[in-house]
Amino acid sequence: MNARLLPAALLMALAAPAVLAQTPEEKGLEIAREADSRGEGFGDFQADMKMVLISKSGQTSDRELRVKTLEGTGEEEGDKSLTIFDTPRDVRGTAMLTFSYKTRDDDQWLYLPALRRVKTIASRNKSGPFMGSEFSFEDMRGQEVEKYTYKYLRDEPCGELTCFVVERYPQDEDSGYTRQVSWIDQQEYRTWKVDYYDRKKSLLKTLTASGFSQYQDKFWQPAKMSMVNHQTGKSTDLFWSNYRYDTGLSESDFNKNSLKRAR
Amino acid sequence: MISSAKNMKNGLATALLLAVPLVSSAWEFRGEVALEGRYFTQDSPYPQADYSTNGSGYIKPEVFHEWNNRDDLFTFIPYARVDEHDAERTHWDIRELSWIHVGNGWESRVGIRKVFWGVTEGRHLVDIINQTDQVDQVDGEEKLGQPMINLSTVRDWGIVDVFVLPGFRERTYAGEEGRPRTPLPVSDNAQYESSKENQRVDFAIRYQQYFDNGLELALSHFSGTSRDPLLIPDSLTLAELQALIATGQLPSGSDPEFTPLYNVIDQTGLELQYLNSGWLWKLEAISRSGQGERFNAVDGGFEYTQVGLLDTATDLGWIVEYIWEDRDDSLASPLASDVLLGTRFTFNDVASTEILAGIIYDTEDEEKAISLESSRRFGNSLKVSLEARFYTDTGKPQSASQLYRDALRNVNTNPGLGPISRSDFIQAELVYYF
Repeated sequence: MNARLLPAALLMALAAPAVLAQTPEEKGLEIAREADSRGEGFGDFQADMKMVLISKSGQTSDRELRVKTLEGTGEEEGDKSLTIFDTPRDVRGTAMLTFSYKTRDDDQWLYLPALRRVKTIASRNKSGPFMGSEFSFEDMRGQEVEKYTYKYLRDEPCGELTCFVVERYPQDEDSGYTRQVSWIDQQEYRTWKVDYYDRKKSLLKTLTASGFSQYQDKFWQPAKMSMVNHQTGKSTDLFWSNYRYDTGLSESDFNKNSLKRAR
Repeated sequence: MISSAKNMKNGLATALLLAVPLVSSAWEFRGEVALEGRYFTQDSPYPQADYSTNGSGYIKPEVFHEWNNRDDLFTFIPYARVDEHDAERTHWDIRELSWIHVGNGWESRVGIRKVFWGVTEGRHLVDIINQTDQVDQVDGEEKLGQPMINLSTVRDWGIVDVFVLPGFRERTYAGEEGRPRTPLPVSDNAQYESSKENQRVDFAIRYQQYFDNGLELALSHFSGTSRDPLLIPDSLTLAELQALIATGQLPSGSDPEFTPLYNVIDQTGLELQYLNSGWLWKLEAISRSGQGERFNAVDGGFEYTQVGLLDTATDLGWIVEYIWEDRDDSLASPLASDVLLGTRFTFNDVASTEILAGIIYDTEDEEKAISLESSRRFGNSLKVSLEARFYTDTGKPQSASQLYRDALRNVNTNPGLGPISRSDFIQAELVYYF
């Protein structure tokens, strides 16, 4: 009796994750966790970013900035990052320090070089445009797993790969979205495409990522991210370059003193 | 032959690779030039400043150099302005000429620099390191470069800054032909309480800490020559006094001036800020001794931003502050019990269009200072701003004779906004960044 039960129990245990236990919500969360864990352990990185804002009539306008990020190590603490603006020239030298947290709002400070003044950013502007682009502030910030709930929808071919199609719902009531549908490849868990639905539940924007390269034999980063706004006809291309890992950044590069001399 | 050409090419490429970072990232040259046009909507109360339009321009180049893996930074920022009418506003300054060295947990900043302290918008009470370049901008935000040795340490329990400030800068004032200007021109021969005059070495210290519950705090102390002087009208000669008593007017040819008096003061400052659910609460308070009786001043209020107004990308920010001071003194401060109400529309568009409107209301004299500012960018390097400043329900600007008559009668001589009334203006400014 015992001898017959044991293999049956083993079989159950093996089959459980695939067949029994997982609801679409659990599978969605598992995919999100896996994607997140593949980005963990980077320590620190720096990269350059160029945004090309494209109007409905095709007129373009550029913004260049540099990002330095230090991975968070604490339980509640997320990453720390420093963003330095190079163009347009009237905002040149402006720098932004962000301490992100897993479950609450970020702390953010802006250094205004003309006034030599560090200002606390009070605005809970998340849905608003980042530097006039089609990327909102919440699109630009760290995507902590805890800030959404998830639902796995289906598998779908995406190019030569197969993607999980996963829906996620922002927990933050200040979010500009009701849901986001993302296409995540099953091989490397890279996000290739995201559809954003606004608060009226209609399709607002689509993000597509391309030109992925692998760094440190681990981390995949896209060279280009395009955000198209379906409601206004405007779009923004975001080009990443000069990705560097292990650049020796430490806590001391992310305080108000370093913010004031960020260049 | 082929190989040597190839070597040469490689050598050249290597040289280029070496040279490019040296030129482009280690040394950096940039800056801004600007043109400003003003239209004064009222006649000047002062015959020497009888004009309604004024042109001006400035240039501010910036040179940066970094070395030692960015642990050393050199900055040089000279500044020069030319003004059509006011010879005092045509001036130059070294805004910054400094060397910053970054150590492990500390940094030293040596040279001429600008330092800002404070959290409020209405009045920068705590901010005291730099002298105000008053003639340059009426809002007092423009500062003169201050020589300093500043050591800063960063610890878990906060940031401590220690300042040694050798050399004092006198406040700049508009000349007789300036608009707005003081009722009497301000003399170049300042009086100092310290026997070392402008050579006194001043000291300051500031502690700041940030707590992750949204609270930010700073405590500071300054001991040295006051940045804001008392303006003392020159004593009259016996003949001038007799004429004033007899006719009510100063005799022609008598040109009394204000003499700035710089006392040695001790000022303790507190800055508090608390961020909760998008509400940013702010408080600045100072206590100062050395300029007459000890006095206290407070500026407190909040900032709140309404995001995405009416389903657009526009944000509407509100600033409300109350400014209070228990100093009972003439000319020292035109603000005693004032309310600031400010609104800022941020359109979040490609051109970064902004509109700012503010009113400062004196609850005692009912004087109002109103400002409107709006700016937008054109292309990548050009910024245009429009500005208007109005002063309403103010006291009348005083003539020199009236100023002395009031002084003789021992009338309260606090002129409030009187001296700058009737200098309402509209301004357009064009800034090019190179």
